[in-house]
Amino acid sequence: MTEIERQQRMNTGELIEETAGAAAATSALPPDDPQIAGGETRSQWRDVWRQFRSHRGAMVALVLFVGVLLFVSVGPWIWTLDPTYVDIRARNTGFTAAHPLGTDQLGRDMLARLMAGGRVSIAVGLTAMLIAIFLGSTIGVLSGYFRRLDAPLMRVTELFLALPLLPLLLLMVTLFREPLSQSFGPAMGIFILIVSAIGATSWMQSARIVRGDVLGLKEREFILAARSIGTPPRRMILRHILPNVLSPIMVAATLGIATAIITESALSFLGLGFPPDFPTWGRLLYDAVDQMVLYPSRVILPGIFISLTVLCVNYIGDGLRDAMDPRIRGR
Amino acid sequence: MLNFTIRRLLLAIPTLLFISLVIFLLLEASPGDPLGDVPLTVPPEVKEKMREALGLGRPWYIRYVLWLKQFFWVEPLYWIDQMLGTYFSEGMQRVISFQSRSPVFDVIVQRVPQTLTVVGMSYIVGVMIAIPIGILSAYKQYSWFDQLGTFVSMVGFSMPTFFTGVVLIIIFGVKLQWFPSVYDTTHQVTDWSSFLVQVRQMIMPVTVLALYNAAQISRFMRASMLDNLGQDYVRTARAKGLGERKVVLKHVLRNSLIPVVTVIALGLPTVFGGAIITEQVFKVNGLGQLLISAIHANDIPMVLTLTFIFAILIVTFTLIADVLYGVLDPRIRYD
Repeated sequence: MTEIERQQRMNTGELIEETAGAAAATSALPPDDPQIAGGETRSQWRDVWRQFRSHRGAMVALVLFVGVLLFVSVGPWIWTLDPTYVDIRARNTGFTAAHPLGTDQLGRDMLARLMAGGRVSIAVGLTAMLIAIFLGSTIGVLSGYFRRLDAPLMRVTELFLALPLLPLLLLMVTLFREPLSQSFGPAMGIFILIVSAIGATSWMQSARIVRGDVLGLKEREFILAARSIGTPPRRMILRHILPNVLSPIMVAATLGIATAIITESALSFLGLGFPPDFPTWGRLLYDAVDQMVLYPSRVILPGIFISLTVLCVNYIGDGLRDAMDPRIRGR
Repeated sequence: MLNFTIRRLLLAIPTLLFISLVIFLLLEASPGDPLGDVPLTVPPEVKEKMREALGLGRPWYIRYVLWLKQFFWVEPLYWIDQMLGTYFSEGMQRVISFQSRSPVFDVIVQRVPQTLTVVGMSYIVGVMIAIPIGILSAYKQYSWFDQLGTFVSMVGFSMPTFFTGVVLIIIFGVKLQWFPSVYDTTHQVTDWSSFLVQVRQMIMPVTVLALYNAAQISRFMRASMLDNLGQDYVRTARAKGLGERKVVLKHVLRNSLIPVVTVIALGLPTVFGGAIITEQVFKVNGLGQLLISAIHANDIPMVLTLTFIFAILIVTFTLIADVLYGVLDPRIRYD
């Protein structure tokens, strides 16, 4: 597909969106006298936050997500059992006072393991997302802003989109596990490997979104004004372009956390993730599958944590998308 | 349109070549040794001979070109021979697996039916569920049905397939004993009762994948229906007195299906990738399971060929999606 074609397609997409938005807007016109709440100055972020609060699902999700974050970050200080402490006499216990969520086949406390596992899973999700967003928005801004870079960078993006990602991830993890473990230690090595593998294979969508937005922004008057007073490209991007494409980047970032967490647990589930004594939610699930007939709770608990976190993140992303959209905001 | 298709097909060739090179170099850079499992008692000079027999002695670019020749020239010739009974590929080396020492494609052909029945079925079921749900929840936007549908589809693509699969196994396979938890690939359908057995063992893997696909497609369907329901032509259709059923199912649905069809086409190859996990959960020995075992065994030709086939699928279906979009929507002009 050449650039013009893609641009045309993007334009039609935007056109459809815009007409739909306009049609919806006319049906619910705001009152003629705009009310400014409390007479205070309205900042953009306060508006976004107000709109976000009205999305009930997203608010519930935000509360739950903060709960999960507290569980994995503050939890280990309250529940001080070591997740790797093997108490072979207390193995396979059910829900007791000493072990509220039971123990595994080696007598390790499940509650502590879930906390430690969640810490790793969420850390992987956040870091991989940061890498992917950094790569994606850099490539998106560069190819949207500099006409000369556009074609080659988009070709690269298309190439990456054509890669079979899961097989490739499996391949990368199996192949480079040993050398990285040797140079950075088993846990850190795998962490670097998985985070960079996921980050390097999931930036394409955000790059495309950002590029489309930048192309649209470039036609606007304020960019022309900035250029006419001689703003150099670097400041142009940092001061004028980036703040305006922040909202799609943030939405892509939240959704990126979700996919990264799922990918990491899928890798762990296939036995290609973190080493066994280094729990993550996916690894806990994988370890428990062998005995799922006898101890189903051990499979279900980490699974619920993964699904809950991802669900929350997806809902937050949904709410953010609505809140960031100025056409919807204020209604 | 034809021009566009031909140009895209020509562009796909360097893309695929590049992808194959990337995969090849990735495998080349790997520290894994295909002879890692050979006992230490085997003397080094014998090991060197074995290495040569596997074709590992030569530099990488020669092996890469050789693989390209085997994949694009020898294999098609071999298939032609099989079909027409000719002898073009006489004496030519096909791509050989390190593990089984048999041609890679023979193994793949054995595995394809399992993957296709399970994955193909689940995709069809998923689409069939997703489209009505998407239509209804867009038509009755913000109704309880829409809220429920939104929630269920959110849950649907937030729950990883390995978790839903395991939960289904625990509930229906272990507790209720309704369905077998392991997919028996040696099962042959000969009569009605064996067909029922086949259906029973397919229900769980198909449900897992279908739910996951339906969740995503129904979101697209809903969004696309909502885009179209607000358009002027819908008002016109209603104003001229068309029945509501006709407006929604003829005018709106046809237009909203355009982007959804391309999404469905784009999603097909990723389903093969996603099926890797589901196959592992239900022990279906399809393509995904083959790939994983090949990765574990350092079976370079098998991994290379399989990954490359996945890449071909992605490139082909992207092309199909683009062409379909142009065919279905006359507003899109590629030329």
